[in-house]
Amino acid sequence: MIAIVKYNAGNIRSVKNALDRMDVASVITDDPTELKSAEKVIFPGVGEAGTAMSYLRERGLDEIIIGLDQPFLGICLGMQLMCSHSEEKDTKCLGIFKEKVKKFPAKGIVPHMGWNNFNEVKGPLFDGIEVSDNMYFVHSYYAELGEDTVGETDYLVPFTSALQKNNFYGVQFHPEKSADVGQRLLRNFLQL
Amino acid sequence: MLKKRIIPCLDIKDGETVKGVNFVDIRSAGDPIELAKRYVLEGADELVFLDITATVEGRKTFVQLVEQIAHEINIPFTVGGGISSVSDAAALVKAGADKVSINSAAVRRPELVKEIADEFGSQFVVVAIDAGLVDDEWKVFVKGGREATSINVFVWGKKVEELGAGEILLTSMQNDGTKAGFALELTGKLADDLNIPIIASGGAGNRAHFAEVFEKTNATAALAASVFHFGEIPIPSLKEFLNDQSIEVRR
Repeated sequence: MIAIVKYNAGNIRSVKNALDRMDVASVITDDPTELKSAEKVIFPGVGEAGTAMSYLRERGLDEIIIGLDQPFLGICLGMQLMCSHSEEKDTKCLGIFKEKVKKFPAKGIVPHMGWNNFNEVKGPLFDGIEVSDNMYFVHSYYAELGEDTVGETDYLVPFTSALQKNNFYGVQFHPEKSADVGQRLLRNFLQL
Repeated sequence: MLKKRIIPCLDIKDGETVKGVNFVDIRSAGDPIELAKRYVLEGADELVFLDITATVEGRKTFVQLVEQIAHEINIPFTVGGGISSVSDAAALVKAGADKVSINSAAVRRPELVKEIADEFGSQFVVVAIDAGLVDDEWKVFVKGGREATSINVFVWGKKVEELGAGEILLTSMQNDGTKAGFALELTGKLADDLNIPIIASGGAGNRAHFAEVFEKTNATAALAASVFHFGEIPIPSLKEFLNDQSIEVRR
């Protein structure tokens, strides 16, 4: 069973819809036992970092997430919350990845909204996916490039579009909304 | 590089697509799901579903339809039409809409933009602006473009950006239905004034019109309805054309 972390962020349902389309059974839950025993865990979300982190801490979900040892995938805000710190409401995050989350410079159009490709990708998540493939992004904050970066994309600045450290994976884009290529990435994650 | 987006818009009444759908190989031209899937296959980058139903029953049907769309479609979609409160927006977001578009209700009560942005995030809020020329000045129109207000389009754009709109869908009433091209000056000025993405709408008649709006303005997306529904401009051929003009699109 795939567990999708239930918390106070939007668009969690859309990940379940994507798994349903792939005939993969999943459950949306914040139950520690269910999360720990799941085959894989997905941590989606759209929203604001500060309120999301307070919610996770109040329920002890932060410690549970950090302690998980099965393949774990953060999407969009989920990925940003796995970083060390976010400039959004000056929020201390989970610290799974060392990278920091910053606000896009005001010189351009923000949010970064739409389909974008990669400068570089590596690792099992991108098996069969090319740098020229496009994913759907929508975000106003980005993770800086760092040692855990496995996907790099350009928008106003070069930024981290995917991260990996041990069993933890994170993507800034929305694979569940990125047509067939997004489904390919989800499939790669499910096959880890 | 971020790609320019091509967005077909579908009008929905009582759960069915209205008028202008002429795909030969679609069994039920009125079925929004089948039409939406067709557009996804053709390479549409996003979809917009506008509910033009006026009845309470029709609204319920629309929410059910949104749920179905969210299950079946794997690209982002916006829904709009008749959203006048946070709870209207909440029902559609809960049903799986990626964004909601508000129009007249925002003009009546601008705080609605902030309320929805605060509740769900700016990326959920598209403000649709219907713009028309009144004495050589671009004014905001309401009620489906039938009624002019005294509000200047550029002042309004700045205001909704400050209130937390994540994107603007700008339709020129002057150009809509003419097939003579997008309103370049209007779109260009609003896109330069603001820091949020602008979707150009109204006036698309051929592939060159799309190239023109992307070359001459900073719009990040272009929306059309009938030219796509009637198959006058197939999306794959549009994208090939734009690509040949060195405009980056997703292919």
